[in-house]
Amino acid sequence: MRPAPCRIGAAAGGAGARGERSRAPPPQPPAWAGQGRRGGRRALSADVRQAVGQPAGSRGREGRVSHGIAGTLLGEMALCAKKRPPEEERRARANDREYNEKFQYASNCIKTSKYNILTFLPVNLFEQFQEVANTYFLFLLILQLIPQISSLSWFTTIVPLVLVLTITAVKDATDDYFRHKSDNQVNNRQSQVLINGVLQQEQWMNVCVGDIIKLENNQFVAADLLLLSSSEPHGLCYIETAELDGETNMKVRQAIPVTSELGDISKLAKFDGEVICEPPNNKLDKFSGTLYWKENKFPLSNQNMLLRGCVLRNTEWCFGLVIFAGPDTKLMQNSGRTKFKRTSIDRLMNTLVLWIFGFLVCMGVILAIGNAIWEHEVGTRFQVYLPWDEAVDSAFFSGFLSFWSYIIILNTVVPISLYVRYVTSLPQGLPRELKWSHSKVFFSVKMHCAGLEHRALSEMLTACIPEAEGLQRGPVWVGHLPAPAPSLTSCPLCSVEVIRLGHSYFINWDKKMFCMKKRTPAEARTTTLNEELGQVEYIFSDKTGTLTQNIMVFNKCSIHGRSYGDVFDVLGHKAELGERPEPIDFSFNPLADKKFLFWDPTLLEAVKMGDRHTHEFFRLLSLCHTVMSEEKNEAQSPDEGALVTAARNFGFVFRSRTPKTITVHELGTAITYQLLAILDFNNIRKRMSVIVRNPEGKIRLYCKGADTILLERLHHSTQELLNTTTDHLNEYAGEGLRTLVLAYKDLDEEYYEEWAERRLQASLAQDSREDRLASVYEEVESDMVLLGATAIEDKLQQGVPETIALLTLANIKIWVLTGDKQETAVNIGYSCKMLTDDMTEVFIVTGHTVLEVREELRKAREKMMDSSRTVGNGFTYQEKLSSKLASVLEAVAGEYALVINGHSLAHALEADMELEFLETACACKAVICCRVTPLQKAQVVELVKKYKKAVTLAIGDGANDVSMIKTAHIGVGISGQEGIQAVLASDYSFSQFKFLQRLLLVHGRWSYLRMCKFLCYFFYKNFAFTMVHFWFGFFCGFSAQTVYDQYFITLYNIVYTSLPVLAMGVFDQDVPEQRSMEYPKLYEPGQLNLLFNKREFFICIAQGIYTSVLMFFIPYGVFAEATRDDGTQLADYQSFAVTVATSLVIVVSVQIGLDTGYWTAINHFFIWGSLAVYFAILFAMHSNGLFDMFPNQFRFVGNAQNTLAQPTVWLTIVLTTVVCIMPVVAFRFLRLHLKPDLSDTVRYTQLVRKKQKAQHRCMRRVGRTGSRRSGYAFSHQEGFGELIMSGKNMRVSSLALSSFTTRSSSSWIESLRRKKSDSASSPSGGADKPLKG
Amino acid sequence: IDYTGTDPSSPCNKCLSPNETPCVCTINFTLEQSFEGNVFMYYGLSNFYQNHRRYVKSRDDSQLNGDPSALLNPSKECEPYRRNEDKPIAPCGAIANSMFNDTLELFLVGNESDPTPIILKKKGIAWWTDKNVKFRNPPGGDIPLEERFKGTTKPVNWVKPVYMLDSDQDNNGFINEDFIVWMRTAALPTFRKLYRLIERTNDLHPTLPAGRYYLNITYNYPVHSFDGRKRMILSTISWMGGKNPFLGIAYIAIGSISFLLGVVLLVINHKYRNSSNTADITI
Repeated sequence: MRPAPCRIGAAAGGAGARGERSRAPPPQPPAWAGQGRRGGRRALSADVRQAVGQPAGSRGREGRVSHGIAGTLLGEMALCAKKRPPEEERRARANDREYNEKFQYASNCIKTSKYNILTFLPVNLFEQFQEVANTYFLFLLILQLIPQISSLSWFTTIVPLVLVLTITAVKDATDDYFRHKSDNQVNNRQSQVLINGVLQQEQWMNVCVGDIIKLENNQFVAADLLLLSSSEPHGLCYIETAELDGETNMKVRQAIPVTSELGDISKLAKFDGEVICEPPNNKLDKFSGTLYWKENKFPLSNQNMLLRGCVLRNTEWCFGLVIFAGPDTKLMQNSGRTKFKRTSIDRLMNTLVLWIFGFLVCMGVILAIGNAIWEHEVGTRFQVYLPWDEAVDSAFFSGFLSFWSYIIILNTVVPISLYVRYVTSLPQGLPRELKWSHSKVFFSVKMHCAGLEHRALSEMLTACIPEAEGLQRGPVWVGHLPAPAPSLTSCPLCSVEVIRLGHSYFINWDKKMFCMKKRTPAEARTTTLNEELGQVEYIFSDKTGTLTQNIMVFNKCSIHGRSYGDVFDVLGHKAELGERPEPIDFSFNPLADKKFLFWDPTLLEAVKMGDRHTHEFFRLLSLCHTVMSEEKNEAQSPDEGALVTAARNFGFVFRSRTPKTITVHELGTAITYQLLAILDFNNIRKRMSVIVRNPEGKIRLYCKGADTILLERLHHSTQELLNTTTDHLNEYAGEGLRTLVLAYKDLDEEYYEEWAERRLQASLAQDSREDRLASVYEEVESDMVLLGATAIEDKLQQGVPETIALLTLANIKIWVLTGDKQETAVNIGYSCKMLTDDMTEVFIVTGHTVLEVREELRKAREKMMDSSRTVGNGFTYQEKLSSKLASVLEAVAGEYALVINGHSLAHALEADMELEFLETACACKAVICCRVTPLQKAQVVELVKKYKKAVTLAIGDGANDVSMIKTAHIGVGISGQEGIQAVLASDYSFSQFKFLQRLLLVHGRWSYLRMCKFLCYFFYKNFAFTMVHFWFGFFCGFSAQTVYDQYFITLYNIVYTSLPVLAMGVFDQDVPEQRSMEYPKLYEPGQLNLLFNKREFFICIAQGIYTSVLMFFIPYGVFAEATRDDGTQLADYQSFAVTVATSLVIVVSVQIGLDTGYWTAINHFFIWGSLAVYFAILFAMHSNGLFDMFPNQFRFVGNAQNTLAQPTVWLTIVLTTVVCIMPVVAFRFLRLHLKPDLSDTVRYTQLVRKKQKAQHRCMRRVGRTGSRRSGYAFSHQEGFGELIMSGKNMRVSSLALSSFTTRSSSSWIESLRRKKSDSASSPSGGADKPLKG
Repeated sequence: IDYTGTDPSSPCNKCLSPNETPCVCTINFTLEQSFEGNVFMYYGLSNFYQNHRRYVKSRDDSQLNGDPSALLNPSKECEPYRRNEDKPIAPCGAIANSMFNDTLELFLVGNESDPTPIILKKKGIAWWTDKNVKFRNPPGGDIPLEERFKGTTKPVNWVKPVYMLDSDQDNNGFINEDFIVWMRTAALPTFRKLYRLIERTNDLHPTLPAGRYYLNITYNYPVHSFDGRKRMILSTISWMGGKNPFLGIAYIAIGSISFLLGVVLLVINHKYRNSSNTADITI
C-alpha cells in the first residue's frame, strides 16, 4: 500500500481525478472553512489547464489543486472541482492556518498524473481522437462498416488503428503510472513544519501556505518560501538552482534583517507577520512583496526567496515561510506548453496533404459520376445477374455510395499523418522529481516508433538511476521531445519522425562534434528541425562566448591617464606577442593566482610605490563586484572574475563578504569595509556600484560600467583626464578588448542618510518599483571622479575564422549581434574574417536620430548602387527602390559590410525604416550590430524572418541570447561558460562555434537531402500504388473493386515498402562528408529549396501516376487475351491482382534502388528483405493451410503458385518494370551529362580521382622511378587555371569561385601531400598492394 | 465465333425472344488450317462485369469448401441470393446464380454427309488447387450427393440443383469443373473461360483437321439485355500460354525504343564526356 497520499494527487482512483473531468461544479461556500483543517481537507483538482490531446510522453501538467473543503456531508463523494478566480494579490500570515485558509490557496500537493483507473479509457481515447489522423481513420472505419460502401474489409483499417491506439494507450498508461508514483513520492516527502510551536514531521502535500518549515542542508525546498532565518550569520543561505534554471553555481539568498534574528522555534512560533505579494507567476527571477510585521513594512524581493526545486547547500538549516505551494510554485508555473518550431518542409507538407486530399475528393467525384452513369446505362440492365442492393434505388444514390467507397480505397494517397499540428507541449522546467520519472517512462517505451526520447542511451540511464533522497547528481536535462503523433496507420508517416530521430542520433553521436576539453557531445534537443539545418541562409551570432571563448583575461588598464599593459622592448617599440619577456613576478603576494599573467612591470611598481590612484583603482576592483567568496571565487560573469583576480594579484585581495561588510587584504593588511548598498548591474543601467564606508568612516561610492554610460556621469573637473582615458579606451577597443570604466565618488554622511531613506521608500513601492529604484540610483551615480579603465581580452575560439569563411562560401550570411562596443565588435569582425581588407567598403551607421540613420542607410545604398551601375546595370536608383527587395540585392556588385550600433538599430527597426534597413543589410556580405539589447537581437531575427522568407539560425551562449534563439527558426546554444539558459532554449547545442560548420554543411545538408528524397519517393510510391484503382474503376463498372488482395493493401505501406525507404531516409548521402565541407557550394540547393518543392512534388506525383498507368494497362493488355500454358484461364481477377501487386513491388524496389545514392548493408538488407518478405507473405497467404482455417478470409488460395508459375506473368512483370524504369534512367542519365549539378560533378571527380590514384599507384608499382615527379605532373595536369578559364558548367559567382579555387587548391595540395606521404611510407615496396581508394 | 445472335441473319437470332425454350441453334464455320496438338474450347463473354465489387464478393467460400454449417446458413455476402423460399441456396450468391449454362457441341462436317461429333472432354479445365482444395462437396462419404445437399435449394436461375450438374460423381456438386471455372471470376468485363478440352488422340492426325464444322448451341444464357456478347473460341497453346499478340508487340516496341535510346545516350555520352570530364576534375 502506498502511504497515506495527498487527497488528489496520489489517490489514483480517488475523487480528485474524477473531479478533473467535471467542469464547473458549484463552488464550495467559504463558510466551511476551518472544518477541514487537517484531515478533512479534500483537495480536489480543478481545471485541466493543459488541454488534452498533447502527444504522449511529454505531458507535464499539473492539476490545479484547490483547498477544497468538504464537510463530512459530502464525504468521499465530494466532487468539488473549483475554478478559482485569478488572484489579485496573495496574503499569507505566518502561523495562522485558519486565516490563510480563507483564501483557498493551493495546497502543496502536486499532481502531474492525469488519469485514474476509471477515467483512463474514456479520457485517453478522447485525447487520442483529437489527433487528426486518428479521427480520419476512425471516420474511414465507420464508412467501412456500412456494407453498401465497404470496399475493403474492415480489418484493413481497424488493425492498424487499434494497434496505434493500443500502443499509445499502453504508453500513456505506463507514463501515468510512473507519474502517479513520482507524485506520490514527492508528495510524501517529509518536511519539518512548525505547528503550534512544535516542529512536526509532515508530508510535503500537507504543507500549507503560511506554514513555517525548517529545511536542512542538501534538502529540496518543498515550496516557494520566504527565507526567515538560517544557521549562517546574517540570515544568509546558499542554494543550488540547477533544477530551476540549470545554473550549477551556487546562489546566495538572505533573510531580511528583522527576521534573521528569529533563530529558535519559540520566537518563530510567535512570528505573525503577514506577507502581501504578487499572485503566482512563472518569473523565476522576480518577486515583489511586502512583509507587515509589528506595524512595520519590509520590502521583499527575489533575494529573500527560496524556490521549490532548489537545494539547500552549505547551510545547516534555515526556516522559511511558505508563500506559494504546490501548483502555484514558480517551478510548477514554469512547466507549461511551448510552441513548437516546425520546419518549412513541414509547412509545405501540410499544404500538400490538403492538396492531395482535394485530389482524392476529385477522383472520388469523377468515379462516383462514372458509377452513376454506369449504373444508369449498364447496371440497370445487368440486374439480371447482379441486382442492386435493396437500399439502393437509383443510379444517383449508387454513385453517392461509390464516392465513399472510393474514398476508402484511394485514401492511401493521402499521407494524413504527415499533417502536423503546430502546437505540442513539453514540460520545460519540471523538477527532477518529476522529470526522472518521465525519463524512466521514456526509457521503457523507447523502442516504440514514436514518442522517443532523443537523448543518448547513456544519459537516459543516468536519468533513470533511482533518486536517492537529496543525493546530488549532475544536472539531468532531459529535454523532452514532442512525442510525434504516433500514426502507424500508414507507417511511412511515422517514418518521417523515425528518420528525424535517426538524424538526431547521428548528430549526438558525431565524434567530430564532441568537445574533448569539456567532454560534451553535440546534442540535438529537438528532433523536428534537422532538415531545416540544410536550408539556413542567415546566421545570427552572438559574439561573446560564441565566437570567443568567454575566458576573460585582464590585459590592460588605464589608471589616471596612464596606460599600462603594453610591453615595450629596449628601443621603446611595442613588443609583439611571442617575443615578450617573462611575465612579471607576483611572488611577493602569497595570495596571488598563479595562472594570472601580466607583462608590464610598471604597474606593479606603481602599486609598490604606493601610487594613490593605482591603489584606489584596485581597491575598486576588489570591492565593486558580486563575487561570492574567496575560496570558490565564483563570479556571476567571467569579466568580474578576471577583474577580481587582477586586483588580487596586485595585492588587493578580496577575502570574504557578509551582507553588511566586505573584507579585503590590501597589500597584506586586512581591512573591513562596511557595505552600505549594492546598486546592481542590469542591461539598462549597464553599470554597477557599491557604497562602502571605510574604516575611517568615510562613505564612498565605487562604480564601474560601460564607457558610454559612465563617461556621461563624471564630474566636469576631470575633463582632461577624461580625454586621455577616452583615447586609451579607443585604443583598447581597437585591439578588440572589452572595456570598463571605473569611477568613484565621495558621499557625505547626511546626503547618504537622506538618499538611503529615499531608496528604502522606492524599494517598498508596490507599483513600478524598478523604475523608481532606477531613478534613485541614477541620482547618486552622478558627478563621479574618473579612476581609469580596464581592458579585458576575450580570446577567439578555435577555428572560428575558418568556420566563418566556409559558411560564407556556402552562401550563408552571418550577422553578428553583440553587446560589445563598436570598435571591439569591428575588430573581432576582422579577426574572425567576417570583415576583410578586400571589402569594397564597410559602412558604419552610428546616427543618433531617425534622420541621421536614414541618411546613412541611404548613402550606403547609393554607394552600392553606384558601383553596380558602373558595372553596367541600367536601372536608376529610383526604379530600384520601387522594385522588389531582391533586385537590389542582386544588383550589388562587390563586397560591403555594415556595422550598426544599438542606438541606430533602435531607429532602424522602427516600422517605417525596417525595410530600408533590411534591404541595405541584406545587400552586404557581413553585418555587425553592436551594443544591442537582447530584445533587439530578437527583433532583428524577426525582421529577417518576416521579410526574407529565409531560414534563420541564431547561435549564442548566454541568457541574453535566449530571445534570439527562440525567435529564429533554429536556435543553437553553445554550452559554454555562462550557464545553460541558452542551451535550454535551443534546439541544438554543442560547445564550440566551429562545430556549426559540421552541423550545417554535413548533418543539415544530408538531413535535407534525405528528407527530400524520402518524401519524393514516398509520394511516388503511394500514387503508383493507389492510382491503379482509379484506372481499374473504368473497367469494373466504377464499383470500387480493389485491384489488389486486401492483405496486400494492408501490408503494402507497413511491410513491403517502408523499410527500404526508411533506410534511404536515414543513411543516404550524395557525397561524403569531407567533400561537403570542401565544396560549401553544395549547400546551396537547400537554401534555394531545390530538392523538394511544389515542382518536385508534381514530378513525383506524375511519375507515380505514370507508373500506375503502366501498372494497370500492361497487364490489362496481356490478360485480355491470355490463357495459361495448360489452357485454363489466366485472366481471372485473382491472378490479375497477384500480377499487378508483384510488378508493383518489384518496380518500387527497383526505383528505391535507383534513388539510393549510398548503399549500406542495411539498405541491401531492407530492399532484398522486403522483396523476400513480400513473396513469403504472398505464398503464406495463398497457402492451403490458412484457407482451410478461414475459407472466407483467404480466398486467394493456391493463387500464387498458379500465377507465378506462368511465364506470361513473368514476361509481363519484366515488361512493366522495364517500361516504368527506363524513362527514369534515361532522364537521369541525360541530366547527369547535360546539366550536372554540383554534387554530381563532385561525385564524378571523386571517381576519377580514385581511378587516377589507382593508376598512379600502378605506375609506382611498375617502375618506381620518381613517384614524386609523377605526383607533381599529376597535379600539374589537373591545375586550376583551367577551372577559372572554363567555369561554364558552374553557375558560381566569380568571387566565390576564386576563393573556392584557393580552398580547393589548398585541399588539393594537402591530398597530394598525403599521397606523397603514402608513397613515402611504403617506399619502393613491391610487396604491398595498393589499398582501395 | 460470336453466337449471341443480335444480327437478324444469325441462326441464333430466334433465341433472343424469351418464348423459345429450349432453343437450339446451329452455326457453321470453316477452319482454314488444321489444329495440331491439344485444342482448347473457350466460351467468351463481353460486357459482363464479373469484376464488379458486389458481384465479386457475392459468394461463400466456406460453403463451397463443404462446410456443413455454411451450407445451411450461407454468408450474408450472398444477399440477395442467400435464401429462397426459406431454404438456403447452395451454392449461394450472385456468381453462382449467374452461371453460364449454354451447352456447346462441335461437329466436323467432313466429306461425308454424316457429321462426326468431336469428343469434348469436361474434366481438367479447372485449376488443380481449385478442384482439390478450394471446392469440396459437403462431407458424407458414400451418402449420395442429393442427401448431402439436403435442406438446400437450387439457385434461382438454375434449372437443375447443384448435385445434378453431372452424372460423374467426381465432377458433380461443388466440384463440377464448369462450375469451378465460372466461380473464378474474371478480371475484366471481356473474358473467356475454358469450356472443353479437345485432346489429341492420334499422333498422325491433327486434332482438328481443316474443314467445315458446325457448332450446336443450346441457347440458355441471356446476355442481350445488357449488350453482352457470347463467343466460342478454339485455340491451341504454346509454352507461354495462349496466343497473345499484345505481349509480342509490346516487347518488340519496347526493345526498339530501348535500343534507340541506348544509341542516343551513347552518342550524348561520347559528345559530352570530354567537356564534362575536364570541368569535373577541376571543379
